[in-house]
Amino acid sequence: MSNEKIQAELDQYNASVEKAVAKFPLRGNVPEKGLYTPLDIDMTPEAYADKIGFPGVYPFTRGVQPTMYRGRFWTMRMYAGFSTAKASNERYRYLIANGGTGLSCAFDLPTQIGYDSDDPISEGEVGKVGVAIDSLADMQILFDKIDLGKVSTSMTINAPASVLLCMYIAVAEKQGVSMDKLRGTIQNDILKEYAARGTYIFPPRPSMRLITNIFEFCSKNVPLWNTISISGYHIREAGSTASQEIAFTIADGIAYVDAAIKAGMDVDAFAGRLSFFWNAHNNVLEEVAKFRASRRVWAKVMKERFGAKKAKSMMLRVHTQTAGSMLTAQQPNNNIVRVALQTAAAVMGGTQSLHTNSKDEALALPTTESVTIALRTQQIVAEESGLADVIDPLAGSYYVEAMTDRIEKEAWEYIKKIDDLGGAVAAIEKGYIQKEIQDSAYKWQMDVEAKKRIIVGVNKYQVEEEPPKGLLKVDASVGIEQSKRLADLKAGKTVPDYVAVGMTEGRNNDDVKAALAELKTAAQDENENLMPHILKAVKTYATLGEICNTLRDVFGLYEAHVSL
Amino acid sequence: MDKIKVLVAKPGLDGHDRGAKVVARALRDAGFEVVYTGLRQTPEQIAAAAAEEDVDVVAMSLLSGAHPHLFPAVVKLVREKGMKDALIIGGGVIPDGDIPALKEAGVSEVFTPGTPTGDIVEYIKAHVKK
Amino acid sequence: MENIAEEVLMGNRYALAKAITAIENERENAMEIMQKLYPHTGHAYVLGITGPPGAGKSTLTDKLAKEYRRQGKTVGIIAIDPSSPFSGGAILGDRIRMNDLTLDDGVFMRSMGTRGSLGGLSHKTADAVKVMDAFGMDVIFVETVGVGQSEVDIVKAADTTMVVLIPGMGDDIQAIKAGILEIGDIFTINKADHDGADKLATELNMMLDLDGVMKEWRPPIMKTIANQNIGIAEVVETFGKHHNHIDGNGQLTVRRTERTKNEMLDLLDSRIGEHIRRNVVENGKIDKLVEEIKARRTDPYTEAAKIVSEMLK
Repeated sequence: MSNEKIQAELDQYNASVEKAVAKFPLRGNVPEKGLYTPLDIDMTPEAYADKIGFPGVYPFTRGVQPTMYRGRFWTMRMYAGFSTAKASNERYRYLIANGGTGLSCAFDLPTQIGYDSDDPISEGEVGKVGVAIDSLADMQILFDKIDLGKVSTSMTINAPASVLLCMYIAVAEKQGVSMDKLRGTIQNDILKEYAARGTYIFPPRPSMRLITNIFEFCSKNVPLWNTISISGYHIREAGSTASQEIAFTIADGIAYVDAAIKAGMDVDAFAGRLSFFWNAHNNVLEEVAKFRASRRVWAKVMKERFGAKKAKSMMLRVHTQTAGSMLTAQQPNNNIVRVALQTAAAVMGGTQSLHTNSKDEALALPTTESVTIALRTQQIVAEESGLADVIDPLAGSYYVEAMTDRIEKEAWEYIKKIDDLGGAVAAIEKGYIQKEIQDSAYKWQMDVEAKKRIIVGVNKYQVEEEPPKGLLKVDASVGIEQSKRLADLKAGKTVPDYVAVGMTEGRNNDDVKAALAELKTAAQDENENLMPHILKAVKTYATLGEICNTLRDVFGLYEAHVSL
Repeated sequence: MDKIKVLVAKPGLDGHDRGAKVVARALRDAGFEVVYTGLRQTPEQIAAAAAEEDVDVVAMSLLSGAHPHLFPAVVKLVREKGMKDALIIGGGVIPDGDIPALKEAGVSEVFTPGTPTGDIVEYIKAHVKK
Repeated sequence: MENIAEEVLMGNRYALAKAITAIENERENAMEIMQKLYPHTGHAYVLGITGPPGAGKSTLTDKLAKEYRRQGKTVGIIAIDPSSPFSGGAILGDRIRMNDLTLDDGVFMRSMGTRGSLGGLSHKTADAVKVMDAFGMDVIFVETVGVGQSEVDIVKAADTTMVVLIPGMGDDIQAIKAGILEIGDIFTINKADHDGADKLATELNMMLDLDGVMKEWRPPIMKTIANQNIGIAEVVETFGKHHNHIDGNGQLTVRRTERTKNEMLDLLDSRIGEHIRRNVVENGKIDKLVEEIKARRTDPYTEAAKIVSEMLK
């Protein structure tokens, strides 16, 4: 059929349904057109080669590996961590025993912001949203009886990522595993902390230096480690649209690559270890289009803007988490269905690893039972649904291809705008990115309140409910006990819990002091890579807070830009 | 002539400010004056700011689970400043089971996820002491 | 709280907050408070800070306040943000930049919304300054967005006014130049590490040269990077120089006399206006008069004269 013929028949179709369609109320956030046709996409053989192509081949629209899930499924990586290192260690071992294939560590807020558990500002927060890590000793407990040579570990840690990575390296060394064998990821994405997530410490300049220090150190010593997970997840959670999620994140990615090149690195030496982190939201098809568009945009950025040569440098490898902000506190069992759909989106989008949220997370940290359902959801999608049977199954869908093009176009427009503002760092300092996200978040909320956007159980189909029972609670005593152990550690005493994992002697405070002084001197010299100094300090059992305070003295603190 | 003045505060270390910012804007659009202080506020800072600004309402948002410690701490310090009438409300990821204890500690109302901003506006209008 | 004024004079910070609330909301007790506090005013040095949105005024004010604190001075800050013309509400976000000051007893910071009437706001700001003055603050900042005519009225409460600009504002500087040349005693280019800072300084210098060849005080152009604490001490020093200058040549007295006179006249205006509103407008007398005047049974001149003489009895 020629395009003219399709157009003529489409006109005829539209005329025939016009009256019937007009009777239905227009729902918000639904595309204007109800039917997509070949006219909405450019599918000449040239366009196919250029925009879509084959899996494992530039521009990677159809996926980064040639075989995708025909080779093996994505990594089912469940984000976990709460209260003490001991409790989290038990959860990790449970997940591995139940078919989880990678670890993902959640740290509590004091750890994420570089404060010790006994810092006054940590009060009430210790062990709440993740595990509390104060020193290498806690890290030894966290990975006790887990072979770091075998497991791949993702750590959601940003501002103090260098310190936690050094602790991980040190634990591995104690297990007899050398750092070139270690596999895993640190989030290490400070820009989205400024823009959306809020767990920053230092100003942009020293923060970018720490990040490039990690790139450089790992390219030489920890070659299998993903040195950054450039995250759109939290940008989306903060309220952005799908296009904004990938646009702002890729703009952040551009800033990191720029910084590393400026620091003298060759783009192909580190770009292959960059990874991304997307949100899997409720609108299944839009999400699939988002994944596809993001791979295409990044591939072009790396090839055309940065002149990368290696294919690996152009691949957008992505970890995904289902959207936490879409979980409802109302009728929490419905969340199981939402997570299943989000899982479908991530899988059809071609993710490399996935965390599925548990149904009770709008209320509290997940229980073991709800975590198991979330993991089983992935296993059902993988083994039973057929969604993982062929590669990029939605390619060629008029609607999905058109939406992929639309999201790509919107992303480029944002990237251009951010370039004009002087790049992602400048755009964040001017509050531009934050403002765009907040405007989207506000619009979303107003749409929900006006019922232009329906959330089942929240603004439609509500029922009276009994308060849910059996939620996981982190006891306040966790903070107190953690602080007690910490006090003993700092006093150079032995601590029974630490002795149990091999720290048989108290720390030597002279060594700690010397290592911190050395770190301080190194921090003052911009050309010095801080990683070896941090590693040395960590091995003396200097605490996270002590190390971060040393760096705070030199680097100062970030002052947030808030625009409302 | 009196306008309702609200301090929107993020106590603790939690960086999730989507809810706080959306609420701040909704309150502004409802005609309130909203003092926003940004992230990582200690209870001491919140109480001091509330007193200096002489606000009618202190609204806290927290998603990290530290509310059993932080909300009552803010109430106590705000009252110590002599602000007997200020309405103190909270929101965020707060399990139902925690709410009675928070109310006992002097938090007037707790708004959980999914609450329309309009409900918060109405609650404030109905309960604020002017 | 009873006896707000007395409590303010005794150093009660919450009373100070209450006094400003009374002024802001035009409560009945506001006049009494001001009457009691007025004798205790006239000691503070008042600094006006203004400039376009995004210039970094709050951060700059925060750092300047800390510098004064370092010198042992107490500091009051009044930060004014625009109210929404649609809802009348406002987001007052200046404290975000000043969180460190919150727990310092030597600092008192208050946010105010413009609430639609800038005319009224300039009185209220002036009165809020007086309350802080009576409380014992040595230095009081009045920080406000923009440099339009209405903001000019607000910063007239200041002894020294600083205009803050940033590089990269494009044509904006042309649009605001008339206003800023009139009010700026000091110009500060903040974010001076950004491209275009030198160009902006040159432009400003040219404008000042055209404007102020014969002036005794040539407004200096300062450069700061507020968030890195660069140039802050120099600005404070320049405030001091300007203070000495206008103190030495009598300008400070002239300014303050002028200000007192204007305040008196404004107050009279508003009192008389209020009297008329109450006794002529709200009781419907005006409508009756208008009917009489329209029928040509009397004329507006005669009736206005009558009302005034009635009022003066």
